[in-house]
Amino acid sequence: MKWARNVAIAFLLVIAVSSLLAGFIAPSGYAHQFRDLPDSPPSHQHWLGTDDLGRDRFARLLYGTRVSLLLAPAAALIATILAAVIGGSAGFLGGWYERVIMSATDLFLSLPWLFLLITVRALMPLNVSPITSVVITFALLGLLGWAAAARVVCSDARTLRNSDFILLARANGTSEFRLVTRHLLPNVIPVLYAQFWISIPVFILTEANLGVLGLGVSEPLPSWGSLLRELEGYAAMTSGVWLFVPLFLFIAVVSCFEFLVADREYAA
Amino acid sequence: MHRLFQHAATILVAILLGGLLGATLVRFAPGYGVDEQELDSRLSNASIEALRAANQPKENLAVFYAHYLWRMAHGDLGNSRTLNRPVRQLITERLPETLKTVLIGVVLGWTLGLAFAIPVSTTRVWALDVGAGLITGILLCIPAAVFALLFVMARAPARLIIALIIFPKVFRYARNLLVRSAALPHVLTAWSKGLGSTRIFFYHVLPSAGPQLLALAGVTISVAFTAAIPIEALCDLPGLGQLAWKAALGRDLYLLINLTMIVTVLTLAANSVTDVVSRPGSAA
Repeated sequence: MKWARNVAIAFLLVIAVSSLLAGFIAPSGYAHQFRDLPDSPPSHQHWLGTDDLGRDRFARLLYGTRVSLLLAPAAALIATILAAVIGGSAGFLGGWYERVIMSATDLFLSLPWLFLLITVRALMPLNVSPITSVVITFALLGLLGWAAAARVVCSDARTLRNSDFILLARANGTSEFRLVTRHLLPNVIPVLYAQFWISIPVFILTEANLGVLGLGVSEPLPSWGSLLRELEGYAAMTSGVWLFVPLFLFIAVVSCFEFLVADREYAA
Repeated sequence: MHRLFQHAATILVAILLGGLLGATLVRFAPGYGVDEQELDSRLSNASIEALRAANQPKENLAVFYAHYLWRMAHGDLGNSRTLNRPVRQLITERLPETLKTVLIGVVLGWTLGLAFAIPVSTTRVWALDVGAGLITGILLCIPAAVFALLFVMARAPARLIIALIIFPKVFRYARNLLVRSAALPHVLTAWSKGLGSTRIFFYHVLPSAGPQLLALAGVTISVAFTAAIPIEALCDLPGLGQLAWKAALGRDLYLLINLTMIVTVLTLAANSVTDVVSRPGSAA
């Protein structure tokens, strides 16, 4: 399945580069309103038509893709770092510390994810700028999404703690700091890497759910969630298939991420 | 008995810690004491100041938490600010609707998942495996909220959405588990002794995979409750999910925290039941 993996990587690269070059590909920008062209069908000027405010859908799709594709990995990075610190320290130190931390992690895992997220999201100040709403949304995803990864990291760190080479290093008088930096961390990195990739599609899906509910990124800044929200309107039933392009792109991108994760798991 | 006690203690700790966390979040949130009426441009500065003074926090965290627990122990979950009704009343009204949605979704999702996983794992036909993998792969990539929008457009029954969310998860897990169980030494021995495929599946493969499959039941209940928010909000089903969405939009923290607590307790209870059922020997 190497060819399929290469196709998935190439597709993700094309999408990522296109979204980064959004300013060149769609110079009208995501917020510019063509007041004389609201709800227009696709044309040479507007490849995917315009929305009810006359904004170019193609430009919004590119900018929205940029927001989701840049910030989902950032949120995944936060979650992975937290998982490394919390799970890694619990697994390495063991004893009562591990029991307490893992009990807390189990409790955290049993919290209904979206309920918790919208609760914390509702605690944020009332009038935030679109940029702040993006940062808040993805920071929350990162800060609340560490628990599952922490369990895996803890299990891996526990196995390493009891391994022969760590016992030998300990017997040789190696300091705890050196044990962690030279022996534990390099062996935990593959697990952290896998958890990072697993988290990305999860966070993209969660942001999309929040966006459709109107609890994600604020207008006029687009994200996949807010773009998919367009399917809620009456226009979705009367317009053509071009309104579904963000959904097709979304499914294609998340499928590629899921495929890469599954491929890595299969290879491991 | 020890295990049952352990589960009960976990639920109690979840309530106490969740209550503390909830009370802390409510008390120290940047928006605590802020009313969205403050954004009403018709209000004068004096009116806004009066509104702020009326909403100023009056008690510290310990007192706030103690009052919160005391009221909760007496069945008083506070009042919803946005809906202006007791939270307990709102939850009592809407809980049956959500439980119905979740139950139908979970049962249907499991039925579909197992109906696909069993033939795929037993026959090992390549085309069937790839086809089912492709369908479930696509279903896994569609957010619950988008499913809800598509179902509204198609005027399809919204209660089926949870089934479509749970089905791919159950299928993938069950398929892998059944394939692994079918390769166990005692199953291979049964094959070599010439036992029938139905007998091998029900007497050897399923008993090996059963406890682990049951463990997934608790997880699917948590997934179903989470999916209930966008589904009920967008398909206009009057359940807890819709209530949570309205509370989030209206920043009704009391209502949100209580809803989160109740769903957490329900999820923990479901996890405990599946844990006890899947490991009956250790429950005694």
